[in-house]
Amino acid sequence: MTEQAHATTGTYLRVAAILVMITLIEVGVFYVPAFQGVLVPVLLVLSAVKFTLVVMFYMHLKFDSRFFTFLFGGPLLLALAVMIGLLFIFYGTVRLRTGS
Amino acid sequence: MKSWLTTTDHKRIGLLYFWTAFVFFLIGGVEALFIRAQLARPENQLVSAETFNQLFTMHGTTMVFLALMPLSAAFFNYIIPLQIGARDVAFPRLNAFSYWVFLLGGLFLNASFIAGPLFGADRLSVAPDAGWFGYANLTSRQFSPGPNVDFWLLGLQILGIASLAAGFNFIVTILNMRAPGMRMLRLPVFTWMTLVTQFLVITAFPVITVALVLLMFDRFFGTHFFLPQGGGDPILWQHLFWMFGHPEVYILILPAMGIVSEVLPTFSKKPLFGYTVVVYSGVLIGFLGWSVWSHHMFSTGLGPIADSVFAGTTMLIAIPTGVKIFNWIGTLWGGQIRFTTSLLFAVGFIAMFIIGGLSGVTHASAPSDLQQTDTYYVVAHIHYVLFGGTILGLFAGMYYWWPKMTGRMLSETLGKWHFWLTMIGMNLAFFPMHFSGLLGMPRRIYTYSPELGVAGYNLASTIGAFTIAVATLIFLVNLLRTRGRPINAPANPWGGATLEWAIPSPPPVYNFTVIPTVESRLPLWQTERHAPMTPLPERPPAPIHVPGGSWWPMITAMGMPIMAIGAIAHLLPVVIAGALVVVVGIYRWAYEPFEM
Amino acid sequence: MARDTHAPPAHGHRTSMGLDSRKMAFWAFIGSECLLFGSLISTYLVYKGRSLVGPYPHEILNIPFTSFSTFDLLMSSLAMVLALAAIQRGDMKQGKLWLLVTALLGLVFLGGQFWEFSHFVHEGLGLTTNLFGSTFYVLTGTHGAHVTVGVIWLLTLWVQALRGKLGPANALTVEITGLYWHFVDVVWIVIFTVVYLIQ
Repeated sequence: MTEQAHATTGTYLRVAAILVMITLIEVGVFYVPAFQGVLVPVLLVLSAVKFTLVVMFYMHLKFDSRFFTFLFGGPLLLALAVMIGLLFIFYGTVRLRTGS
Repeated sequence: MKSWLTTTDHKRIGLLYFWTAFVFFLIGGVEALFIRAQLARPENQLVSAETFNQLFTMHGTTMVFLALMPLSAAFFNYIIPLQIGARDVAFPRLNAFSYWVFLLGGLFLNASFIAGPLFGADRLSVAPDAGWFGYANLTSRQFSPGPNVDFWLLGLQILGIASLAAGFNFIVTILNMRAPGMRMLRLPVFTWMTLVTQFLVITAFPVITVALVLLMFDRFFGTHFFLPQGGGDPILWQHLFWMFGHPEVYILILPAMGIVSEVLPTFSKKPLFGYTVVVYSGVLIGFLGWSVWSHHMFSTGLGPIADSVFAGTTMLIAIPTGVKIFNWIGTLWGGQIRFTTSLLFAVGFIAMFIIGGLSGVTHASAPSDLQQTDTYYVVAHIHYVLFGGTILGLFAGMYYWWPKMTGRMLSETLGKWHFWLTMIGMNLAFFPMHFSGLLGMPRRIYTYSPELGVAGYNLASTIGAFTIAVATLIFLVNLLRTRGRPINAPANPWGGATLEWAIPSPPPVYNFTVIPTVESRLPLWQTERHAPMTPLPERPPAPIHVPGGSWWPMITAMGMPIMAIGAIAHLLPVVIAGALVVVVGIYRWAYEPFEM
Repeated sequence: MARDTHAPPAHGHRTSMGLDSRKMAFWAFIGSECLLFGSLISTYLVYKGRSLVGPYPHEILNIPFTSFSTFDLLMSSLAMVLALAAIQRGDMKQGKLWLLVTALLGLVFLGGQFWEFSHFVHEGLGLTTNLFGSTFYVLTGTHGAHVTVGVIWLLTLWVQALRGKLGPANALTVEITGLYWHFVDVVWIVIFTVVYLIQ
């Protein structure tokens, strides 16, 4: 395996530090009342960042074949799309049924 | 005998799949004959309503999961490594595992027919009886108190594992085990369609796994995932099931479309018209297949927006399908056609699938579907696409590849009888269902009143069904006759273009004496830019290592039905014992020296 | 070029994509698992707020405790990646240590889950109490089952290492174990956000 373009121990530690920090921010945002309005989008974005960091660096996807990204990313996007579709159907239907 | 139990050779596994699946196909067919016998006359009393429920449930479940999918798998197993120029699949033991899990799952499911006394039932059979798509909350413990639905959900879980394992295996095989020069756009269309199918399998089966787990929790542990009295919504079952179920029907049809795409060029002596377009259409169908699931739910009150969206996506998917049909016709057009049985079935596929596709398009419109849904019109549609489509396509494949797989030619005379009787039988059986459906005959009813005016149509369907049975028996005779015969098939009896025809019939255990280097899509044909591939040497230049067999795939597989039996009998120790068998099997498998 | 596509296939067999077959199969498996957990999470979200009776999430979920579990799992991913790096460069002493640490952190997570579940049951939230209980336990239980499998897998590798049977030559096995472990961690990241933080 080539050593260039490959994460080092330092990178792993830095990623770990970022993950911990983001988690602390998430918990903080959860507890601070002023942020309630933007809680959901902020948390979604922050957790997406954590997700991406673990996948790209710890799972080495950034440095591996782009095909692996496709193998993982395709079904992941599918799962997201289906989840969103299902939520629209369920909550959209509720609105239509109750006429509100 | 032992060598068959421990085999990891894709060719043997393919044959195991074929015969097992064919037996299940016959069983599913017998179930259909009973159904049709009961419905031949109004107010018939041949079977009780409860028996009828078991018959149509098992007919659907058997045909979809135990016949059509494994028959396709027989060809995935036997043919794909040959078509890509490989010696075997990527994970031969995992391949064997898939087969054994399929067999054991099928046996578990069918054991329900005689398990009644074990559960204190008042009849012999406690076979599943809530329909092949098991709608909630009919499947709740309240409305289905016996073990019938438990057999269904546990059996399907087992079968799902077989399919998933094979899915991973074939994706890696097709992508990573191709011979040098076998670029993706040189792959035979059957291999391409199989690849798309396996992606559908690995994405769709997890969803039904979850649905079945939730149903199991409702039935065994008292949750209310699908039960209104606890706040649950039965409609969630339909969503989860059809999110699996719709990709599943593309899983059922794409391989057959792949087969047709191989057979037509060979017997027209012409390359497939628009290869690239056919491949991309297949990929698009796979992809779009994920966007249409709620067209099975137009009568559940989704609302106008959801209805319109799914109607739109469903109509959209007709486009790549239609494109393929035009390309197949374009392949035949101007070709030097030989009307072998295989070609007849392939042409039959096109005609019957068009009819099934047309009724499908009428379903796509939510308003018209509101009249058609849950009537015999849908039964007509599904049988035109699954029998007229998948099964005719599979028969085309059987007549095409039987010589390669067994070294014996099938009788063309018996084949023609099989074909024509099948065509007459299937149209007689399923065409009248369009009418009885539109006249209001619902699905899954065990009898009907004479006033409904559908008696004539039903009688015709029954005659058609029995005609199919005769035709199928003729085919079985054709198959069995070849077993006693000497090997008489040449390497390339049809003059095919793809790699499987470059090696003897049947192939030696190592497939290719030398792995060929591929330079075109049609390696064995003379084309404008390429001469035919130089023939492979008769003997391998050096000894070829052939991996031995292994007991662990089969042993690991056995843990699954043990767990299922423990679950259905509510015996936790048995479940744990089964799990231990699986775990020990996996460990021994992992540490076994096995070199490809 | 920042892409490292040159990891040679394990057994020296040529492959048509130049990728290791086992690694490819495992990424396909992980893709498939996205649909599995996606369906479970969808079920949780569809039934959110539809429980007929309590306890309800805001009454019972313990964010500080769960944050600690999250932190624990994140650190276990770090340990995993350090184990892999050590084994790849042949440092088996470090490799064994970090494998064990990963497994132990996983056990701590599982311990926390057990404690949380028994606490919830004690507070009146059982599997069948309401939709929240059902969807919560099935989702987090499935995740916990995956963690359990992972811990067993890691300990198996650790034992192999103790017997001197693990080294740079079979680093791919450790890499695939890592892929599984990180994926389980990543699913928890989603669960922590969707179930605990977004109420």
